[in-house]
Amino acid sequence: MKSNASVRRWWYDERIRGVIFQVIAISAVGFVIYSAVANALNNLEARGITTGFGFLGDQAGFSIIQTLIDYNETYTFGRTFVVGLLNTLLVSALGIVIATFLGFFIGIGRLSNNWLLSKFCATYIEIFRNLPLLLQIYFWYFAVLRTLPTPRESLSLGDSIFINLRGIYFPKAIPEAGSGWFIFAVFVAIFLAWCVYKWAVNRQRITGQTFPVLRVSLALLIVLPSIEILLVGVPFHFEYPVLRGFNFSGGLTVIPELAALLVALSIYTAAFIAEVVRSGILAVDSGQSEAAHALGLSQRRTLKLVVIPQAMRVIIPPLTSQYLNLTKNSSLATAIGYPDLVAVFMGTTLNQTGQAIEVITMTMAVYLVITLTTSILMNIYNRRMALVER
Amino acid sequence: MAIYSTTEQQPPPTDTGGFITWFRENLFSSWSNSFVTLLLLYITLPWIWDLLSWTVFDANWIGTTRADCVKEGACWVFIEQRFGQLIYGFYPQHLRWRVDIVFALLALSIFFLVLPQVSSTIKKYLGIFVLVIFPCISFVLLHGGVFGVTEVETHRWGGLMLTLVLSFVGILLALPLGILLAFGRRSKLPVVSSLSIVYIEFWRAVPLITVLFMASVMLPLFVGGDINLDKLVRALLGIIMFQAAYIAEVIRGGLQAMPKGQYEAADALALTYWKSMGLIILPQALKITIPSLVNTFIALFKDTSLVLIIGLFDLLAIGQAALSDPQWLGYSSEAYVFIGFVFWAFCFAMSRYSIYLEKQLHTGR
Repeated sequence: MKSNASVRRWWYDERIRGVIFQVIAISAVGFVIYSAVANALNNLEARGITTGFGFLGDQAGFSIIQTLIDYNETYTFGRTFVVGLLNTLLVSALGIVIATFLGFFIGIGRLSNNWLLSKFCATYIEIFRNLPLLLQIYFWYFAVLRTLPTPRESLSLGDSIFINLRGIYFPKAIPEAGSGWFIFAVFVAIFLAWCVYKWAVNRQRITGQTFPVLRVSLALLIVLPSIEILLVGVPFHFEYPVLRGFNFSGGLTVIPELAALLVALSIYTAAFIAEVVRSGILAVDSGQSEAAHALGLSQRRTLKLVVIPQAMRVIIPPLTSQYLNLTKNSSLATAIGYPDLVAVFMGTTLNQTGQAIEVITMTMAVYLVITLTTSILMNIYNRRMALVER
Repeated sequence: MAIYSTTEQQPPPTDTGGFITWFRENLFSSWSNSFVTLLLLYITLPWIWDLLSWTVFDANWIGTTRADCVKEGACWVFIEQRFGQLIYGFYPQHLRWRVDIVFALLALSIFFLVLPQVSSTIKKYLGIFVLVIFPCISFVLLHGGVFGVTEVETHRWGGLMLTLVLSFVGILLALPLGILLAFGRRSKLPVVSSLSIVYIEFWRAVPLITVLFMASVMLPLFVGGDINLDKLVRALLGIIMFQAAYIAEVIRGGLQAMPKGQYEAADALALTYWKSMGLIILPQALKITIPSLVNTFIALFKDTSLVLIIGLFDLLAIGQAALSDPQWLGYSSEAYVFIGFVFWAFCFAMSRYSIYLEKQLHTGR
């Protein structure tokens, strides 16, 4: 009788059940992983594919249409990884900047008292949020950029910017001997502007007088490098794109794949950012703007000084998640041939080497690192910005 | 005692309502507002007129071949010729009635689930029908191979049908997995919670394309022996594992929003963990999170277009394939506008429904 009772108690003890359950969970997961790895090794051996990261040192043998660093067919597969990664970072950075500006503009326009502007922004948001991103990319690439004229009949802006089927051509600034001084002057101007800002904030705290910091900083940024140019001479010369035969040479090229991807990504993400901004501004208590109006602040100054600083606290976490979505969505470049990380490494290199597991693991690891770093930074920011309530 | 002098009584405002006042207050209330209004009208009116004339007035609706597209506008003849393929994919034509039955069943059940006049007990039974019985019926009808129904292999599925199958089955199977993960993340057992957190954070960090690539390329390596996984099954597995992480986060939000009193009351009634979760917590949490779940479904519906990359022919891929037909070159805008309209109609309807649900649940509580 007594032994029966103690056995029953042992079965029903919560801690012991917890331990048993966890042991079962770990062994189940471990078994699944073990059998998966064993199967994978067997299958790879059966197909004659070697494992290991040695393939990264082999010669690549294919070219890439856009590389931010030196690259040609004789470089290694490891180099293609770096080229693809840089292209992904380029498109993500540009996309984030454009999408933020566009999104903020549309989000604030959605809340305007002008009925037409508000409906226009609402229509924009409703259309571009409900269309798949791949469809938008295809539309911009096939239906818009493919209908541009040939290089011989390109649209040109002032004979220096050319838009045609092969891409968008800009003049390139080539630094000459004295460019070091120019960059030094720019950095000095930025540093001085920061000092002026700190001094102005301190003075406002003590005396209450405001100071036109933005105008003074802009003046500094223009005057100091101009003085440098007057003293030493223009340190840049522009290389204009020139039509030679069937194509343009010289200058800076934006390939149509990059242009289409950038436009589609920015427009799509801007619609989501607009909703985030709108919900952030609406989350600020209406009493704040009423109090600001009672103090006689105009609508613009209320927005700038009272509403938006408080709204930023609500906006920033979902805004970062939209930035991460943009970075992950840039992987759709595979569909139109823009050589980003997924297209170059997980597409071409995987096809050439057949090392599926290593290649896919490396690619996923890159995205994991980007996302986890951003999440950790976001958590730190949130903890610092959290409202300290009593 | 002060002496007060009266001021002149001002005449009443000329109008406080009516058309002109609305114009004055909303469109032309200040100089900058008027400027913005005129600028927007200048930009959008010609553009809207061009769009309407391209889509409707100057468009070609009747005909069978490219030569019938004589007017300047859109050539909808192209879409009409390819309509069967866009909706059914490569499904054999004489068996398309099976897909029609599945579509009709789905549309009817969703219609009655959405209608507010229907009582909630009927909605509960309808919900169970949609979640449990309908998938079995649609598998028999769409795939066949059992009960003497002719088999239609999955590589013949395509178009809108494939998009709906992918999204519907994806959400259906990801939902239980997501619920388990959400519970696992909140569990007090450290092993279970760390495994859940690792799973959720991993699948939320990687793009869906890499998941689909992994499913179509790596999964056959991990599955031992001669099991040849269907391409559609591989894509579905990838989608399900990916969506389960997002659904887990949504449900975790719902579980966190539940007042602690519910948990404590369940404990006070001496209910075991699973009984309290299943009978008390989960029904309420699911009810709160249905709007967010609909949003997840909308995102999945749009993301199914990515299966184009691994060679499945969903709506967008069939459109792309139709564009490479030499008979119909140059009509890419028509194809994209039509496909875009179909996607937009579905997603917009679902997002309106989710907004409506949110309002209902707010006032209901």
